Amino acid sequence: MILVFCELKDGQIRKPSAEALSEGRRLADASGKKVGALFAGASCAGAAEAAKFGADVILTAEGATLASYSSDAFAQVLADAVKAKGATVLLAAATAVGKDVLPRAAARLGAGYASDVTGLSMADGKLQAVRPVYAGKAFATTTFASAVQTATTRPNVFPAAEKAGAGAAETLAAPAGDFKSVVKEILAKAGGKVDLSEANVIVSGGRGMKDGANFKILEELADALGGVVGASRAAVDAGWGLPHSMQVGQTGKVVSPTLYIACGISGAIQHIAGMSGSKFIVAINKDPEAPIFKLANYGIVGDLFEVVPELTKAAKAMGIGQN
Amino acid sequence: MKILVALKQVPDTETKIKVAADGKSLDPADVKWITSPYDEYALEEAIRLKEGKGAEVVALSVGGDTAKDVLKNALALGADSAVLLKGDGQGDAFAVAQMIAAYAKDKGFDLILCGNKGLGGDNAAMGPMLAELLGIAQANVIVKLELGEGTFKAEREIEGGSEIVEGALPAVITAQKGLNEPRYASLKGIMAAKKKTIEELDAAATTAGAQVSALALPPERPAGRLLQGDAAQQAQALLQALKDEAKVF
Repeated sequence: MILVFCELKDGQIRKPSAEALSEGRRLADASGKKVGALFAGASCAGAAEAAKFGADVILTAEGATLASYSSDAFAQVLADAVKAKGATVLLAAATAVGKDVLPRAAARLGAGYASDVTGLSMADGKLQAVRPVYAGKAFATTTFASAVQTATTRPNVFPAAEKAGAGAAETLAAPAGDFKSVVKEILAKAGGKVDLSEANVIVSGGRGMKDGANFKILEELADALGGVVGASRAAVDAGWGLPHSMQVGQTGKVVSPTLYIACGISGAIQHIAGMSGSKFIVAINKDPEAPIFKLANYGIVGDLFEVVPELTKAAKAMGIGQN
Repeated sequence: MKILVALKQVPDTETKIKVAADGKSLDPADVKWITSPYDEYALEEAIRLKEGKGAEVVALSVGGDTAKDVLKNALALGADSAVLLKGDGQGDAFAVAQMIAAYAKDKGFDLILCGNKGLGGDNAAMGPMLAELLGIAQANVIVKLELGEGTFKAEREIEGGSEIVEGALPAVITAQKGLNEPRYASLKGIMAAKKKTIEELDAAATTAGAQVSALALPPERPAGRLLQGDAAQQAQALLQALKDEAKVF
């Protein structure tokens, strides 16, 4: 069995989890295996939706002890489920929780782990993963020597394809409690927008923005396109008050949106490393020699302070991002 | 209090990646090696704890002779002692976690600090694997850390915000940018470090997990197109192209 750990939010499967589950289904079809979707929490209401993404079995570990996320508790649930079902592959999305729990579960199972993969295949029951290394400057093909093989899938890379599965429900016991660490409080950022790592559209600003306050025009464009705002390291380190969580690049977030609009970003190797996995790249820069243009599908040589507001205006006029 | 800081030597972020003749590893020619930046936050945090509450700080790295540079730097910055687990440096995160666990398991460390990921390998896996192998708590991608009596409280970066993790010591804490501002080594520190020796131990044998079987450069991106006209025309042409050609919208 291929087991996929899925996260719920507001009673729905999170998109990156649906993507991981769909990929699990695809691997199962290619190798004649079954797919199990695994959920854990105080309530797993909404888990039945996993059948829509091809789950043959839906496993739920429900209990008060799982109300808050705990690395060791969740790792135990995942490892126990793998053993109980005799699963040979364990997947999850490379989210904050997925990246925290999968390596711990892998160590518990004595299993190899490939993180943040962008490609998966199965041959003779052996999993093969392709993953970006050096923040996307190269891709490593990873194979496994262990009996159980584990991986997290990068959000926004694998399609979440609907395919009906049997969705037979099974329950698992929740651990008793007394965990080594537990999440006590979640501090949400204002706005509650989607994270850069999961965003479909990113409007990013660099040194050419001249000041943190000028990012307002990027916010307006991002809002019009249904996207979020990022920044280069030069902008984050410039003392403009931009948080590190906005930073795209090798020492920031590695992103893979459908559309990446780089405004006033020259294209330092460390920035390119973080965003070259974007499907479409747009560069807006005054300097026609800026290295970012070599990467861009579409380039605009011009003053971003003129071009960006025009883009916002045109996007609104065309009704883009409204659907 | 006894703190272990695990440090990894990695290629500098400006490195142009070239694949070696074996087709699966990095060509080390022209590579400038540095301490993984996230590990620098981990080391700085350990030194601040030493200065604040008093602690013994042991710096550790896994690798060959070149990894000694990372340890010398750690000693110059304020680590009390340094240990090199000698290995070929080719192991995956699971192998490295096993090596460090075998070293640390009976040493009585209250806290193990390292970066949330090693720059380059980008696995973000060694820390949580080490915590599991030692059977202790973990908190990853930490931007704020407070220690109590046998407990910790850490702020961890998550999608769209952060969360507070509390747990028991000993623990593995992995550092994120924002945790602190690392210092530079002082001349006095560098001189003092020269008098210290690095303990060299053979790394423990490990069980294989995953391995890299091929390394390749990303495919070239197709040539792009410059959009002409004034700002309004360029904006209009771009959105039209994204809609009709790229079908982004």
